[in-house]
Amino acid sequence: MTLIINILTAILMFSGVFFFLAGSIALIRLPDVYTRLHATTKLDTLGLGLILAGLIVYDGITLASVKLIFIVFFVFLTSPTAAHAIARAAYKSGVKLWGKNPIDRYGESQNDNS
Amino acid sequence: MNLFTAVLLGISFTSFLSLYRLLNGPTVFDRIVAASAITTKTIVVVAVLSFLYDQDIYLDISITYAILSFLAILGVAAYIVKKEENQ
Repeated sequence: MTLIINILTAILMFSGVFFFLAGSIALIRLPDVYTRLHATTKLDTLGLGLILAGLIVYDGITLASVKLIFIVFFVFLTSPTAAHAIARAAYKSGVKLWGKNPIDRYGESQNDNS
Repeated sequence: MNLFTAVLLGISFTSFLSLYRLLNGPTVFDRIVAASAITTKTIVVVAVLSFLYDQDIYLDISITYAILSFLAILGVAAYIVKKEENQ
């Protein structure tokens, strides 16, 4: 039983590290702010969620795992909110979309309203 | 090598990758995005350290750090929007 728990913990934590690595490479390689924001939001939810899920599986049901579940829940709520705030601030201060991107739905909706 | 030590080394390496965008970003928003990625990694590092040292109190530090980084990012974004609207 301990062996199964250890193997499951290792799989969960290393897949979380894989998502951290993929998100960080995307942060370097992608062309503009909005696409980088998309990559780092995946990094937040999947990387942190998987690594802390590995810790929860390792620890069983204790007070520590309740705190870990609270951290995961809180980050799942706040990470998209922060990403939305950054994207809105970037658009309002006039950061251009990537040149090959043909669609700008947010700008179209702003023009319709005004 | 311990499993937790290996995971900590991997997360530290990816933090250094994000540091490139923090130092080199063309706009200020690239730097904010990189900073938020690094704060997420710091939350995970503190949570794993709590298991490595077997000290539950580190998890409270992790929760506090999550709340503080969220408020800091929202504050910076709201500040920049306000500044643009005033000009």
